Amino acid sequence: MDVLIYLIPAALCLGLLGLAGFLWSLKHGQYDDLEGAKWRILEDDDLESVREDVPVASAK
Amino acid sequence: MAAHTRDWDAFVVPADEGAVHMDLAVDGITCAACMGEIERGLARLPGIRKARVNLTNQRLAVDWHSDMTGADEIVAELSRLGYTAHPFDPARQKDRRDQAGQALLRAMAVAGFAGMNIMLLSISVWSGNATDITPETRDFFHWLSALIALPTIAYAGRPFFVSAGRALRAGRLNMDVPIVIGVSLAAAVSVVQTMQHQHHAYFESAVMLLFFLLVGRYLDHNMRGRTRSFAENIAALKVEVAARIGPDGSVREVPLSKIAPGDLVLVMSGDRIPIDGVIEEGTSEIDQSLITGETVLHPVTKGERVYAGTVNGEGTLQLRVSVASGATLLDEVNRLLETAAQAKSLYVRIADRAAQLYAPLVHGAALLTFVGWIAFGLDWQASLVIAISVLIITCPCALGLAVPAVQVVASGQLFRSGVLLNSEDAIERLSDVDTIVFDKTGTLTTAEPVLVAGEAVPQELLANAGRLALSSRHPLSMALVKASGSILPFKDVTEVPGAGVEAVIDGKGLRLGSPAFCGVREADVEALLKWYPGSSIIAAKHGDQPAVLLPVRQSLRSDAAEIIEQLRHVGYKLEILSGDRQGAVMAIAAELGITNWKAGMKPGDKYAHLEALKLSGRKVLMVGDGLNDAPALAGAYVSLSPVTAVHLSQAAADAVFLGGRLQPVADALSISRRARRAIEQNLWISALYNVVAVPVAVIGLVTPLMAAVAMSASSIAVTANALRLRWGHNGSRKLEP
Repeated sequence: MDVLIYLIPAALCLGLLGLAGFLWSLKHGQYDDLEGAKWRILEDDDLESVREDVPVASAK
Repeated sequence: MAAHTRDWDAFVVPADEGAVHMDLAVDGITCAACMGEIERGLARLPGIRKARVNLTNQRLAVDWHSDMTGADEIVAELSRLGYTAHPFDPARQKDRRDQAGQALLRAMAVAGFAGMNIMLLSISVWSGNATDITPETRDFFHWLSALIALPTIAYAGRPFFVSAGRALRAGRLNMDVPIVIGVSLAAAVSVVQTMQHQHHAYFESAVMLLFFLLVGRYLDHNMRGRTRSFAENIAALKVEVAARIGPDGSVREVPLSKIAPGDLVLVMSGDRIPIDGVIEEGTSEIDQSLITGETVLHPVTKGERVYAGTVNGEGTLQLRVSVASGATLLDEVNRLLETAAQAKSLYVRIADRAAQLYAPLVHGAALLTFVGWIAFGLDWQASLVIAISVLIITCPCALGLAVPAVQVVASGQLFRSGVLLNSEDAIERLSDVDTIVFDKTGTLTTAEPVLVAGEAVPQELLANAGRLALSSRHPLSMALVKASGSILPFKDVTEVPGAGVEAVIDGKGLRLGSPAFCGVREADVEALLKWYPGSSIIAAKHGDQPAVLLPVRQSLRSDAAEIIEQLRHVGYKLEILSGDRQGAVMAIAAELGITNWKAGMKPGDKYAHLEALKLSGRKVLMVGDGLNDAPALAGAYVSLSPVTAVHLSQAAADAVFLGGRLQPVADALSISRRARRAIEQNLWISALYNVVAVPVAVIGLVTPLMAAVAMSASSIAVTANALRLRWGHNGSRKLEP
């Protein structure tokens, strides 16, 4: 059963990784609009993403 | 919109990298297509950095470079796309990112992660205890559990520690006190057990309890957040701005928060008066039904005080914004509001009442167990472990969830019926109601006046008068426009200030305005007023034909008679308290068959009447919208107000209802009654669970496995019972006696 000594910490780390991922997504507003998100995947007008008319921040 | 420009800088806030940010409430976003359309449409404007629609709360957030596009162009583009949008007043929009909700969600995530991992270790220990786990492995698992559980309890338990601490400092008991005691004791005894190499520890019970409770708290918070953001949208779409006259005479529209006492404000004919003030220049008639409940237009002139929420008639007014001076209606209302608010804080929520009953009982039982086992000859430490297991098994999980679970489901249903809750305990109080007191104007009736007896007017004249009315900004002209369904205004309409409008149709003059303007004798008007009490009379005259009198008044909400009949059938006592004149109130009361009514009530009278009802033991639901209702709304056992109400009244009411119908009032009552039943069932379920579990714990037979299973089972039973509220009850529901 000695294998548990490093298997359990490994399992805990994986769990912590998941928790950190959730907290990250929460902080970045991924849950702000649950209603809109499900429709956005159907939109395809984001393919051409480069826009010339917006000035680059450093150019200002 | 009025001719003067709006001061857009007052609506934007600086964002990073030299850009500006604006939040807008957008009316009519109903589907995903609208979302794409708006975002694509705005992206075409130069300088837009980010335009993002939030479909959940129907808001639009735009970041852009203000030197390339103006905020007015953004709103113009939106209206070109077919959406009414209005920016939020930055000073009124609190907490753009919901801090409290995020903190709860973080605590919930941490508790969930910890709970699952500890459960994994605990199940290994339970199965190992039944077979051949070595004491070293078990201790290792217990120490690991402690390592996860203790920081988790410290972090995720904060909402409960804070609330329990606040209650104890105030000398009260609430539901969080037994929760905190249960969780802390469970953790403490588990650490002791672990140090003594015992077979059992209770870490998973403590953490899972926190997790379940946090889920309930978060759902509850979320539902109220949705209501709140919806109410904010409505406020923004009502366009709460004022046209400020600068020292140089220029007129700019600014958000209300930017208006200070002493500022001069311009109010055009037909506009809603945005803020309290004294008339500096101009004469007009104002519709102050929202303030006094009176439906007849009230003439005002220089030096008189007017209140926010009233509608300006013919003339243009300049107001000097004033603070309350101590002798006006508003001051009286404010004084009464203070008194009413103090009286109201006496209500104790069901959950806290249950806690007050429950906590001494359970803690007494645990103490008796401890003393009993010592008397029985057990050593003190073993007795303590058994006593603590009593506390843990009666752990208030089901009790803690009993009320919030129902609350979440019920407030979701209320939201769908168009009722937005202001206060947390409104559902409980609504279910107690036995008497309903209605205000008349704007509550039983619609906020806008309509033409009465329109069918008696010759069709051609009505159509022409309606088209003429389109050119007038008088508050009553809208009633005529609606009644005739006109959309085409006449050309070359002349407006006679203070009298009416005039145009030449088919070579003959058409006049619309006051009876005197159309040459009607005073006596004829008096005679008509006898037939239609409380109405305002306007007249129309075409050529040499005799003038036709058009009575206009506020009419009952479309379903008022039906709903009132339903409420009476269920057994509620109904009353009308109105600030309007005797005749107008009597007519409405007779139409609805309500025998208890009072007219000409001042704010203080309404409040005093409610106090009298309270003293006679009645639980009163007050439904009202005017400034004069505000103290009564605050002082009533529970109160509802339509979304058209003045600010002060909406803030004083426990809930706000939407739409032009009275149905939400009946829905609010029936949903809260059913919710109350579910709450009581839930309390019985958790009591029953305790009755079974406590004796087992008292005789010292409880294992952690049993505790975990029993606790989860009771929590699930309580939640399932709450969810039952949703089944088979979609759309409007009939009241059950």
